[in-house]
Amino acid sequence: MKIVLEHLTKRFPNRNKKIKDEVVAVSDFNFTIPDGKLVGLLGPSGCGKSTALNLICGLEKPTEGRIYFEDLDVTGLEPEKRGVGLVFQNYALYPHLTVRENIRFPLENLRGEDKLTKEVMEEKVLEAAKLVQIDSLLDRKPNEMSGGQQQRVAIARALVKMPKVLLLDEPLSNLDARLRLQTREEIKRIQTETGITTVFVTHDQEEAMSISDIIVVMKDGVLQQMGKPQEIYDEPINLFVAKFLGTPQINVFEGSVRSEKVYIGESPVMDAKGVGDGDVYVAVRPEGFIVDENGPLACSFINREVMGRDTSVIATNEHFLGENIRAIIPSEEEVVPVDGCVRFSLKPHKVRLFDKIIEERIRTE
Amino acid sequence: MKKNLTAWLCLLPALAFLLVFMVYPLVDVFIYSFEEGYNFASQSYFGVGLYNYDYVLHDPYFIQALKNTFIIVIITVPLSTGIALFISLELSNIKLIRDFFQTVYFLPYVTNTLAVGLVFMILFKKTPYSDGLVNILIQFFGGTGVDFIDGPYWAKMFVMCFYTIWIVMPFKILILTSALASVNPMYYKAAKVDGTSSFRTFYKITLPMISPMVFYLVITGFIGAFKAYSDEVALFGTDLNAAGMNTIVGYVYDMLYGNSGGYPSYASAAALILFAIVFTITTINLMVSKKTVFYN
Ligand SMILES: Nc1ncnc2c1ncn2[C@@H]1O[C@H](COP(=O)(O)OP(=O)(O)O)[C@@H](O)[C@H]1O
Ligand SMILES: [Mg+2]
Repeated sequence: MKIVLEHLTKRFPNRNKKIKDEVVAVSDFNFTIPDGKLVGLLGPSGCGKSTALNLICGLEKPTEGRIYFEDLDVTGLEPEKRGVGLVFQNYALYPHLTVRENIRFPLENLRGEDKLTKEVMEEKVLEAAKLVQIDSLLDRKPNEMSGGQQQRVAIARALVKMPKVLLLDEPLSNLDARLRLQTREEIKRIQTETGITTVFVTHDQEEAMSISDIIVVMKDGVLQQMGKPQEIYDEPINLFVAKFLGTPQINVFEGSVRSEKVYIGESPVMDAKGVGDGDVYVAVRPEGFIVDENGPLACSFINREVMGRDTSVIATNEHFLGENIRAIIPSEEEVVPVDGCVRFSLKPHKVRLFDKIIEERIRTE
Repeated sequence: MKKNLTAWLCLLPALAFLLVFMVYPLVDVFIYSFEEGYNFASQSYFGVGLYNYDYVLHDPYFIQALKNTFIIVIITVPLSTGIALFISLELSNIKLIRDFFQTVYFLPYVTNTLAVGLVFMILFKKTPYSDGLVNILIQFFGGTGVDFIDGPYWAKMFVMCFYTIWIVMPFKILILTSALASVNPMYYKAAKVDGTSSFRTFYKITLPMISPMVFYLVITGFIGAFKAYSDEVALFGTDLNAAGMNTIVGYVYDMLYGNSGGYPSYASAAALILFAIVFTITTINLMVSKKTVFYN
């Protein structure tokens, strides 16, 4: 099911009653979530991800704008009429009910002609439980299970009515690192198997990158960029997106462009065809550095961290913004600092330029 | 072992207090209740047996007190808990005025029982000068007035139950509103997305989640209602036997200190009968709760 958002806006009265200004949690969203895709809604905490999700599922009503499921305008529909399944960060399993009763709960709500017999319910519960591989735990209570298992139950409960849209609000945040990886793969598998259009909210860029077909990056209620994970990583449209995606973070230098050449300080680091003169931010992905004794970028060497496959070179430079430069190089390469100084040249396709004032991407030809 | 010893030593003062002020009187009452023909002045008795129980159980005043107590318990405990639950639910829906209403409903709790009793008397009592506010209202709507304080039994019992419910309500509302507020709203969100009707949400989610508190209120409600006495005095004065509105605790008190008092043996027997009743009911409550109350 395709989800279309048109000028979707949600404003809240400020929680702090002394402040008159409204909080714009979601500001003028215009985009389409294609049918059958897993979309990662990514942004820092408090940027309005949950609000956007609540608008799609109907728990919140938009201040302005419309939501369509395919051609159907669902803006005014109550959540239960929309055919969505919702999974919460804290699972929200009913603690007094067993796993079976929890999964069956949405089915028991069906009334009138949709009412199901006991047998059909049991069948559907079992089917959903098998899908998330918890069919052996059906008689347990939620508190007798691990966080990962509980989250699977929550997913089964969201899926048991076979919704057309599955919405997950930071479903992995309460799990430990290992379970998070496991459950994340599990969610991807379930989504692929069922082909349900899925929106997955997270503040963890790695999580979003690894499981999404499409990522939507937002900040302060405003959509920043939407696209395939690799696309967004390679071609961020502004400095915020560039910094938000990728670990270690992109390295940002203050620089300038003079006669179509990029300078960091007085060192020309690369060409910038078709770019006018002026101050810029030069952002270099960690894998964009080449250790080169004749390289233009001189940095004071601090440390090297060997991580098996790669080596991180930690260095600093007076034009660098932030703590330390982190360059990732293949571990075969030697790093020999001369007088505490290491020199780099840059891979141009791993370097992005941003306007110093509006922080938007400056494209080279 | 050594740790245990220290613990016991630390507990010793408290245990000593318990022994002197709780266990000893209990044992004493137990012994009194079997001593026949006890004489206060000479502190002597004729023999040991069940005569005191036999006397109490055949005393019409005791039977009346027993009946009154049971009626009060059976009517006020479920009604007050139910009404308190209803009011608390409504209160938690209207968030804006919740704080205000919480204070209003709590006022009777911090007001003296006797003061509230006086107000009830003014509302319900017939005097040579006035029929009382309630009767004026009844007559205004075309009914015939009745003396609620000195009139027929059912009228007195009605005021009694009304009053008891009124008195216990604030505490119950306070407990229940905070219990309701402690239910995580995400459960309601989940239920809403799943299309759960509001009745089912209440019955399947809210009620189980606040069940420990409801159970607490029921059990303390039962115990409190069985021990009712001061509320009766507040409404009907100290001669409850004459008013036909005595309770078991009132009977015990009268047997000790009342006009016809001075019979600690009868009082003890009545007290132990009350103890047996409360004990049985509480045990039944606990057994029922094992099946119905959910503890996280
Ligand atoms: N019910 C509400 N009332 C007032 N402000 C709210 C409400 N819900 C969310 N907000 C505000 O909207 C912004 C976005 O919140 P949220 O959608 O929860 O962010 P996220 O899920 O990305 O962390 C925050 O500033 C938050 O304080
Ligand atoms: Mg959130």
